[in-house]
This record gives sequence, structure tokens and C-alpha cells, in this order.
Amino acid sequence: MFESRTGILLIAGLGFFALAFLSNGLVPILMYRDMPEQTAEEVVNRNLLIQFDDLRSRYPEGFAKLVRRLGHDPEAAPTPETDRKLAAETLRYARALYIGEGCWHCHSQFVRPVSNESRRWGPVAKSREYQNELQRPVLFGTRRVGPDLSREGGRRSNDWHAVHFFKPTSLVEESVMPEYPWFFDGDPNHPNERGIALITYMQWLGSWLPHYFNNYVDPRLAEAQP
Amino acid sequence: MSSGAAPAGPLARRLVDEPLVLAYFIAALIYFAIALLAGLLMALQLVQANPLAGLELFSPGRWRMVHTNGAAYGFIANAFLGALHWAVPRLMLRPVLSRNLSWFIFVAWQGVVVATVIGILAGQAQGVEWGETPTWIDPLALAGLALVAINFIPPIVSKAGALYVSAWYFLAAFVWTFLTYAMGNFLPQYFIPGTGGGAIAGLFIHDLVGLFVTPLGWGLMYYFVPIILRRPMWSHALSLVGFWGLAFFYPLTGIHHFLYTPIPMFLQYGAVVSTIAVEFVVLTVIINFLGTVWDRPWIAWQSLPLRWFFTGIINYGVTCAQCALQTTLTFQQLIHFSDWVVGHAHLVMLGVFGFWLLGIMTYLIPRLVRRDWYSRQLNEWHYGLSVAGMTLMFFDLLFAGIAQGISWGSLQIWEDSLAISLPFWWVRVLAGLLIIAGQICFFVNVYLTLRSRTAQTEELVAQA
Repeated sequence: MFESRTGILLIAGLGFFALAFLSNGLVPILMYRDMPEQTAEEVVNRNLLIQFDDLRSRYPEGFAKLVRRLGHDPEAAPTPETDRKLAAETLRYARALYIGEGCWHCHSQFVRPVSNESRRWGPVAKSREYQNELQRPVLFGTRRVGPDLSREGGRRSNDWHAVHFFKPTSLVEESVMPEYPWFFDGDPNHPNERGIALITYMQWLGSWLPHYFNNYVDPRLAEAQP
Repeated sequence: MSSGAAPAGPLARRLVDEPLVLAYFIAALIYFAIALLAGLLMALQLVQANPLAGLELFSPGRWRMVHTNGAAYGFIANAFLGALHWAVPRLMLRPVLSRNLSWFIFVAWQGVVVATVIGILAGQAQGVEWGETPTWIDPLALAGLALVAINFIPPIVSKAGALYVSAWYFLAAFVWTFLTYAMGNFLPQYFIPGTGGGAIAGLFIHDLVGLFVTPLGWGLMYYFVPIILRRPMWSHALSLVGFWGLAFFYPLTGIHHFLYTPIPMFLQYGAVVSTIAVEFVVLTVIINFLGTVWDRPWIAWQSLPLRWFFTGIINYGVTCAQCALQTTLTFQQLIHFSDWVVGHAHLVMLGVFGFWLLGIMTYLIPRLVRRDWYSRQLNEWHYGLSVAGMTLMFFDLLFAGIAQGISWGSLQIWEDSLAISLPFWWVRVLAGLLIIAGQICFFVNVYLTLRSRTAQTEELVAQA
């Protein structure tokens, strides 16, 4: 059996692979079967819509480009329903850009229960946060050259993100993040459809948490206080 | 391996499609060069010295994916296929299923790799680590892997009598590679979101190393090492333990890439235990190879291909010892997310499998072109610079990872971790340049050796 063709093909090749898949792959699938996958529309929330509105008023040209890119009429008057739909489509589009640019290879999206991570980033990651179509495939990531982003939303303003995407070192001198001038029409005040989408995505990450908008204390500020 | 030295007689020449082997090696080296340049670009970005900053098509984020995918699917997969087209027919004394199919696979696979590179550079990457191949290419790549299995399995299963160790590894690898690719590229993409998909992505990352690269690599070592040494492996029993231990434990380890995620803890514990078990299994394989040269260890140094092989085997021992430590939850707290893991990955992919494949090329290219290397000295430089660069990079990233982990865990401001990384990242650029310099020696040597063949062939044609 141990040196025969059938033993190798059936036991080692198929059998052991199947055993590993059933125990390590199927078990979590079954464990989460009562936690259905949410759509992008379902994960759009009030916190995100406030940021989305801010982006519209701050960068009208770029926002119009984004609306056109998503196949809608930028002249149409926004309603809560169209905004929600537009924000969901923006998140889908932004997620593809985020993966296409390889952002997630330097920025993880989960907070571990060790190494003081919950003090630095916020609450420890929970399965429910990942049961949505924007986490399929899941973007846990395996490396942090830059900060974890799963609690990034609300920490920084939209214009901060715009300037940072355009030239990171202009805000963080030590930053090794690449520049992304192709998210802009020439200067940091004019993010294009890609820029607006990615800023929306940044502001979405963690927007489902109750303490959005004040979940970050800059350690430099904390140190300055008595 | 009672036959010992492989005769380059007429039978062997009929069995092996030698131009195909050479074509695979040249394709592998072209992608290797691209992957090296992509790595250099990323290394320069990390020291804020990227000369191509702000150009969309040269975005370091995209080229990082070209670096990993080019190394895995361009360099390592092509070099493996070339080596298999040499080893399998000679070992089984039967040709592959179809010579036309072999060439079709060669062309199709280059199409897959080129499309992957172009797709990634165009911003179409898929969100699966080590599987960033754009989603529309995935079915084509999977069909290619199925054809590889169909082409190579018949000569192995049709031969009567006992199977040699290499054939066990090859046979299992053809099944595993297909299943791994199908699992990793389709389930998390289309069916399984979130944490459950993460568990499968973890299996994919590790199975790609453990069930595709590792068994093909060890299978080739079990073939080439005894052939060059002209003596059998030290222990057949250890060969059995190594194969079956790997087959059982390796597929169970994948979740160790995502420790401390929301993946259920009992699965994380299982992955940690399996990973430590793999290290013990690997130890038996390494002992078997060291036992084979134990009484005459200098032979492993004198023959350049063997030197590459045994350097890789020792590096394998180092990475596995490292892995048994870093997979524990204690170590994970410190080194996860850091450059420690990046150093580990480089030692495995280049320091082990890359070195083995370069050793195989060093051994085979003169036999394929029937002419000695243009320069033995350039090959010595190739070895020396590669080993020096690889060793420097490994230890550099190891210490960088520890420093980064301590900085993060002690809640220093984030920019501190960048400031302490900078000297390590400069050393990494240097290490990368050493590796690149070594490969330039090799590329030049291959080119000059091939060119001299053409001159010789023309002479022969003129004489005829």
C-alpha cells in the first residue's frame, strides 16, 4: 500500500487532501452557516453616508466622475435610497482597486487579541465583521509595513486621505508608502473617481463600530497631555 | 536507483524531449530575471529611493505581486516542468503521454504567466495571496495543470513493478497541485466569505508550498542526488517516513498563516501541532540525505550541482527549525506581520527550491547542449554571490522582524517601526543586489554557452 500507485493516488493524493479540507475548510464553513453573507448595500451605514456626503461637497468634479463611472447620472438629485446604492457600488469598485493596487499586502485588516493590539487599533476582530461580500476573498492580510486598516474609518479626515494618497511623505515624513498620483487629476485637491472611491473605502473600514469618529488617540497627542 | 549514472545513450535521448527541457529552463530564467527586478523595485521603495515613483505601470504594489507570482508560476513552475521532462521519462524508462501535448502545455503555460503579469500590471489582481492571477485566467491555469497531470501520470502508472521514491512524490504532487489550485482560487472568490474563506486561503498559501513545490522539489532531489553520487539513498525506511509524514501532516497546517484571526482557536491549535509535526518529518528526510554523503561529505562540495542541492537541503533544515518556532502562538505575538516572515519566505522559495532548480540547471544545461559550461568560474561566482546574498537577506530580515515586533508590541508610534526598519531595509537592498549579481553571472554564462553551441552546430552543418 505505501509504495503502490493506488495507495499514493488515493490515500495520499486524494484521501489526506480531503481529510485536511474537511477538517480545516469545511468545519469553519459549517460553523458560520447561521451567519449569512451581507451584501455591500447591507453594510452601508450612517457613518459612511456622512463621509460620502462630505466627499460630494468637497470634491464635486471627482464625485461626478465617480457617479458616471458607476453608470449613473451625476445631475440627478440624490435621495437617501440612491445614496445608499451609490455608496455600496462605490465600495465594490473601491475594493477591486484596493486589491489591484496590492494595498492589502502592506496593510492588514484584523486586530489580534495579543501584543497590545486592541490598545493601538481598537476592538479585537470578530467573525461577524467579515461575513459580507466585501470580504470575499477575505482581506486579513499577512504583513504590516503600514498600519492595520480595519479600524481606520473616521480616524482621519477625507482631505487628509486625499493628500496622503497623493504624496504620503508630505504628511508622514518616514512613510514608505508609494505615491498614487493616478488617483488624481493633477493635484491633491482633485481626486478622480478612483481617489474618491478609495477614500470612501478607507472611511468604511470600521464604520460599523459604535465609537466611530473618536476611536483613535494619536500617541503623540496622548504623550503631550499631562 | 541501481543504474547509478544515467547513460546519455540513444534510448535516453529518445525518451527525453531535450529541446523542450531547455526551452522551459530559458523561460524560467526570463521570469526569474523579471521577478528579481520586481523585488528590487519594492526594496528601493522601502528605503524611499524608488526611481520610478508616481508611474502607474511601475507601481510597487503591483510589482510586488509580479515578484511573487513571477517567482512561483514563472520561475519555479517552469523550471520544475523542465526538470520533470528530463527526470520522469528517464526514471520510468517511458516517454510522457504525448510530445505534442508537452509543447502545447509549454506554450499555454507561457500564455498563462504572461497574461498573469499583464493582468496584475493592469490592476486586475485577485484578492488571494500567491494566487493574484486575475480571475479570468484561473480556469485556463487549472486546465493547464490538469493537462500536466494527464501528460506525466501515464508513464508513472503504466510501468510494472515497484515505484521509486521520486515517483511517489511526483504522482501525489500532480493530484495535489490541481486540487490546491482549484480550492484556493475558486472557493474564497465565489463561495465562501470572511473567516471561513480565510481558513481556505490559508490552506491554499501553504498547500502551494507544501503540496506543489515541496513534493516536486524533494522528488527531484531523490532523483538527482543519487544519480550524481552514483550510490543509493541511505535509508529506504526514512524515505517512506518522509513521504507519508509529509502527505499526512502538510495539508493540515495551512491555518497557521492566520493565527489570532477570528478563525476558531481549536483549528489554530490543530494547525500549530501539525506544523511542528511536519518539522519532525522533514528532519527524517534531511537525515536521509545527509546520511547518503556522511562518509564522503566533501563530494557534496566538489560537485557544483550537489553543492547547490545540499546548500538547499541545509537551508530547508533552517527554515523548518525556524517554522517550528514561529508557528507557536508565543512567537506569533512578536513576529507576525513583520519582516521575519518575509525572510522565511525568501529562504524557502529561493534558498531551497530556487537553489535546487539552479543546481539542476547547472547539471543539465551542459548535457542538453552537449557542450561544457562556457565558464566554470562564472558558475562559482553564481553560487557564491547567491548564497552570500541569500544568507545576508535572511538574517537581516530575521532581526528586522524582531525589532519591528518589539516596537509594535510596546506601543511606540507607528513611524518608529519604520525608522528602526530603515537600516535593515538598506541591508536588504544590498543583499538583493548580491543575489542579482550572482544571477547575472549565471545568465551571462548560459547565454555564452548557448551561443557557442550555435557556432559549433553551424560548423557541423558546414562540414556536412
